[in-house]
Amino acid sequence: MVEKKLSNKTKFWLTIAFIIFIGFLLWLADRYFDDYKLRVLRLIAIYGVMAVSLNLINGITGVFSLGHAGFILVGAYTASLLTLSPEQKAMSYLFGIQPWIEKLHADFFTATIAGGIAAAIFAFLIGWPVLRLSGDYLAIASLGFAEVVRIWANNALSITNGPLGLKAIPEYSNTWWTYGWLLATVVFIASLVNSSYGRALKAIRENRIAAEAMGINVFKHQLMSFVIGAFFAGVSGSLYAHWLTTIDPRLTTMGPMLTFYVLIMIVLGGLGSITGAIIGAAIFAILFEWLRDLEQPFSFFGIQVPGIPGMRILTVSAIFIIVMIFWQRGIMGREELTWDNLIKWSRKLASLSRKRGEG
Amino acid sequence: MGYSPGTFFLQNLFNATMLGGLYALIAVGYTMVYGILRLINFAHGDIMMMGVYFAFYAATIIYAPPLLAAIIAIAGAAGLGFLIDRVAYKPLRNAPRISALITAIGMSFFLESFAVVVFGAIPKSFLDVFKDKTILNKVLLVGGARIPLLTFLVILITAGIFVVLFWIVYKTKIGMAMRAISMDIPTTSLMGINVDMVIGFTFALGSALAAASGVMWAMRFPNVYPYMGFMPGMKAFIAAVVGGIGSIPGAIIGGLLLGFIEIFAVAYFPNFSGYRDAFAFIILIIILLIKPSGILGKKAIEKV
Repeated sequence: MVEKKLSNKTKFWLTIAFIIFIGFLLWLADRYFDDYKLRVLRLIAIYGVMAVSLNLINGITGVFSLGHAGFILVGAYTASLLTLSPEQKAMSYLFGIQPWIEKLHADFFTATIAGGIAAAIFAFLIGWPVLRLSGDYLAIASLGFAEVVRIWANNALSITNGPLGLKAIPEYSNTWWTYGWLLATVVFIASLVNSSYGRALKAIRENRIAAEAMGINVFKHQLMSFVIGAFFAGVSGSLYAHWLTTIDPRLTTMGPMLTFYVLIMIVLGGLGSITGAIIGAAIFAILFEWLRDLEQPFSFFGIQVPGIPGMRILTVSAIFIIVMIFWQRGIMGREELTWDNLIKWSRKLASLSRKRGEG
Repeated sequence: MGYSPGTFFLQNLFNATMLGGLYALIAVGYTMVYGILRLINFAHGDIMMMGVYFAFYAATIIYAPPLLAAIIAIAGAAGLGFLIDRVAYKPLRNAPRISALITAIGMSFFLESFAVVVFGAIPKSFLDVFKDKTILNKVLLVGGARIPLLTFLVILITAGIFVVLFWIVYKTKIGMAMRAISMDIPTTSLMGINVDMVIGFTFALGSALAAASGVMWAMRFPNVYPYMGFMPGMKAFIAAVVGGIGSIPGAIIGGLLLGFIEIFAVAYFPNFSGYRDAFAFIILIIILLIKPSGILGKKAIEKV
C-alpha cells in the first residue's frame, strides 16, 4: 500500500489550527478554572519547558547532563533579582546588598530573557571542561557544577541573600506567559532538531566516533546543544521563580532533587522525544499534585491512616524505578507526535481492528 | 586561636586522616562496583544513611549496646545492598549503561524518601545510641594538641577494616572471583563462577563498608537525617575517581587526599569555610581534565 503523506502546507495549517485550538482551551481554563487548578496548569507548562530543554541535551544529543537544576537556579535568581523592586530587596536582605544589584530592575519579559542568557553563559563556561568528558564522568561533573552554583548561592549573602532566599517575588507566571514560552521552546527546539544541526546531534548520540569520522565537529555541536538547552532551562527557572514566588538554594528545592524530577519526566515520556517530554511533564505535574492526597490523613477500607510526609516522592521514585526496569522506552520512545505519525498509527489501528473483525 | 602553629597542624592532621579514612571506606564501595559493572551506584551514599538508621534504631528500640548496634547496621546494609542489586540493577545488566545509571539515581531518591517516610525528616541525635557517654568525651593530649579519643579509635578501626578488605580481595577465593569479573565477565562465567552471586557479594561488601563508615561518621558528626548520605556519597565517589576508579588502593589514596584538602583548606583559609562542600567538586573537575583516569587508574582505550 502506498503511504499517502500530507503536504507540508497542510501540515503547517493543521499545526496552526491545533495551536489556536489549544489557545482557546487555555482561554476557557483561564476563565473558569479555580486558582489551584490554574496553578497546576501553569506548572505543567513550566515543567514542559524544563523537560524539553533537558531532552535536547540528554535525549537528542546524548550528553547525559545532571546539571539542569544549576541552570534553572541561575535563571531563577537572575530573573527574580531583576523583577523584585529595590524597596522589596532592601527589606529582605538582612545582611546588606550589593548596591548595583539593588538598583537593577526590569520587566518580566526582559528578566526572563536575561535569566536564559545568564544560564546560557554559565553553560558555555562549564561546557568547555565538562564536555571534554563523556558518559558517567560527564554526569558527575555536571552535577558537581550545579552543586557548586547552589553552594555559591547559599554563601554569597550580598548577592543572593544566602539561605534566606528571595521572597515576595511577583507572581507574573500566568497562563499566557508560561504557555507562550512553552510554545517558543518547542518551536525553536523542534526546528533545531529537524535541521542539519539536529541530524548532526542525533549522529553524535548514536555513535560519537563515527560522527567525528564523518566530519562533524562533536565538541562544537555538543556545546551548542548544551548552551541552547541551558538557555531554555534558565527561562524555565524564571517562570518557576515567578510561579513559586519564593526561592532558596536548599538541596530539595533547587538542588539535585529538581534535576531528578525533570529526568523522571523525560524518561517517562521517552528519552529523545520532544512531544514525549511534554507528555511526561504533564503526567508528572498532575500525578505529583494528585499524590498530595497521600500525605493527608485518609481512610483506607475504614482504617484511618494518618498523613505521612514524603509519601509523594517515595511513590514517584518507586514508579520511576519500575518504569526504568520494565519500560525503558517510556511512552513515546524516540517517536514524535506528528501529523504523519498520527495518520500512520490510526491506519495501523484500523487495520488491526479490521483483522480482528475478520478473524 | 591559642595554639602554636605546630599543634594547630597536628590537630588538623588527625581530623583530616579521620575524615579521609571515612571517605575512603565509602569510596571503596563505589570503586568495586564500578570496576565490575561500570555503574556509578548513586544509591551508595544512601545505603550508608540507611546503615546509620539501622544502628540508631537497634540501639533505641531493642537497646542493643553500641558494638552490637554497629554489627546490626553493617549486616543490615550488606543485605540491603545485595537486595538493591537483585531488584533494580540485575534486570538491566544487558541494557544500555545509561539506563542502569538512571535507575541508580532513582534508587538513591527512593531510599531518601523511604527514610523520610519511615524514619521521619526531623534530624535525630546519634548520641542517643550511647548510654555511657564518657568514652565520647575523652580527650588525649598529643604534642600539645587535644585529640578526642574517638578520632584515634575511628582511624584505628578504619585501618583494621582495610586490612580485612585487602585480605578478602587478594587472598580469598571470592576475592579472586571479584577481580576476575572486573576483567572479563563472560570468560569468568565460563570458568564456572556464579557471576551474579559474586556481583551480589561485591554490593554487600561495599555496602557493609559504607555502613561501617556511616556509623563512625555519625559518632563524630551525630546528626542523623535522611539526606545525610548525599554529600559524603558524592565526595566519596569523587575520591574514587581522583584515585582512579576501579582501583581499591586508589580509592584509599583519593579518600585521604580529599579529606586532607577539605580540612586543611578550611583550617588555613577560614573565609572559604562556607564553600567546604564545593572543594571536592572543583578537585574532581581539575583531576578529570588533567588525568581523567585518576592517580592509579589505567588509561582506557575507546574501541570502535
